[in-house]
Amino acid sequence: MSTSAQAGVAPVRRLGRRSKRVLPGFGLSLGISLFFVSLVLLLPMTGLVVETSGMTWDQFWFTITDPRVVESYKVTLWTALAASLFNGLFGLLLAWVLVRYEFPGKRIVDAVVDLPFALPTAVAGITLATLFSQNGWYGQWLAKIGLEVAFTPLGIVVAMAFTSIPFVVRTVQPVLEELSPADEEAAVSLGASDGRVFRKVIFPSLWPALVTGIALSFTRSLGEFGAIIFIAGNTPYVSEVTSLMIFIRLQEYDYAAASAIASLVLLASLILLFSINLWQGRYLRRLEGR
Amino acid sequence: MAVQNRRIGDQLWVRRSLIGLALAITLIMLVIPVVVIFTQALSTGWSAFAGNVMDEYTLDAIGLTLFVAALTVPLNLVFGTALAWSVTRFRFPGRKLLITLIDIPFAVSPVVAGLLYLLLYGRNGWLGSWLSNYDVQLMFSWPGIVMVTVFVTCPFVARELIPLMQQQGSEEEEAGVVLGASGWRIFRKITLPNIKWALIYGVVLTNARAVGEFGAVSVVSGNVRGETNTLPLHVELLYQDYNIVGAFASASLLAGIAILTLIAKAFVEWRQSRAEHATPEEGGA
Repeated sequence: MSTSAQAGVAPVRRLGRRSKRVLPGFGLSLGISLFFVSLVLLLPMTGLVVETSGMTWDQFWFTITDPRVVESYKVTLWTALAASLFNGLFGLLLAWVLVRYEFPGKRIVDAVVDLPFALPTAVAGITLATLFSQNGWYGQWLAKIGLEVAFTPLGIVVAMAFTSIPFVVRTVQPVLEELSPADEEAAVSLGASDGRVFRKVIFPSLWPALVTGIALSFTRSLGEFGAIIFIAGNTPYVSEVTSLMIFIRLQEYDYAAASAIASLVLLASLILLFSINLWQGRYLRRLEGR
Repeated sequence: MAVQNRRIGDQLWVRRSLIGLALAITLIMLVIPVVVIFTQALSTGWSAFAGNVMDEYTLDAIGLTLFVAALTVPLNLVFGTALAWSVTRFRFPGRKLLITLIDIPFAVSPVVAGLLYLLLYGRNGWLGSWLSNYDVQLMFSWPGIVMVTVFVTCPFVARELIPLMQQQGSEEEEAGVVLGASGWRIFRKITLPNIKWALIYGVVLTNARAVGEFGAVSVVSGNVRGETNTLPLHVELLYQDYNIVGAFASASLLAGIAILTLIAKAFVEWRQSRAEHATPEEGGA
């Protein structure tokens, strides 16, 4: 009792300086948060810094420009781009249908959209590999039109698209819901075609959220591992993703090489994360009219 | 009113074809894969399924997975709640940075996450070599699995709570302070009832991911059957051994948890919307 009473008194005394800090628990909650963030998120990064700083620049450069590794960057980048653009298109469609229309089974579709977030990636991986294998439910049909997905880079696209489609749906959906019908109805009553109204009235307020969703989907796809390795076939120079290259270097006990590649991947994902957050903060401020 | 305020995409054929396409995508991308998991798991009958699930190594993997989740969830529950409280109830320098930092696990590849821990706490790491002087080995054993699982799941509770607590504001809690309630009492009697459902969903998500984490865990586990093999790793092991039915039997347990997670989410959303309708002054704005 006495400690909580003290915690309650301290902020009140500060009331003159910072009127916001009326509630108790600032020290405790921030203390726990900072301790946790430092210990769990930041401290482990020091290991990577120590390991890579033990390498000379030439060693580092040689490791990250190894032809097989460079090929893995290319494969990862284009498959992640393809998957996130695919998700941009179909995620927008799903969000549109969920917001605009009523139909039987709508609530089930809405719930099932989150499945890729809830389903373990390894389970997704073996399931997609089975579906798209030569005698799988999808694979045998695709084989007839000469399309091979399992054990090709196309399989990587499928795995990435599956694991990251909720990002687009869940960022676009709330914006579509908030859209005021007035402008749209005015444009329609003035005789503009549906396509024109979508391009000129709806898309301008929609695209920041769509870009955010695609960027989140892209970031997730760059790092994806579990769902991909089962379906990709993992052929060197053809269907190896970068996270798998790190894993392979680790299995060869080449910690330095694994760290060098990982530091590049980590840097890329942190830059993406901070850019997305800055971008989101900016356009949210604009939406709220601040 | 007789005047129709038509919005775009309302024509019957547009509506029908878009709904049809969306249903087809959902079926092909999301529903059929789940059906496949269960048909594969049961493809050799119920007794074979039971045999696969009751297999000694599978039971060990289930046990370890539940143990890891049981340690991870409470830790992240405390962290997520504390973080959400500090960033939504107070303004301080670095607040935005802190909110961005907790998203790191979402952006970082799970393999990189595992590697970070391996480099720090492994035998050659600066902290690991010091710990090994005291015969403490964290990597390639269960503590390492718990540590990386805490890393990959730590944003979930906070991410569920922050938007909700921001939207609700702190007027009610401030009233509690004015009335002289202690901090703990304010949290229990005012905050907790308001955030209950989001908190539960955060826990459900944390649990789902903790149970299913693969990449990070496979880097630090060492994959010793019966000792450091979690259920997702066990799925991989069986699959690589060409024991497809066995792999899908274990996978179906994980898929079952995923389906329960989705049901929990639908339920929580339903409760929240009901709570908003019950007190309209909160739902507005």
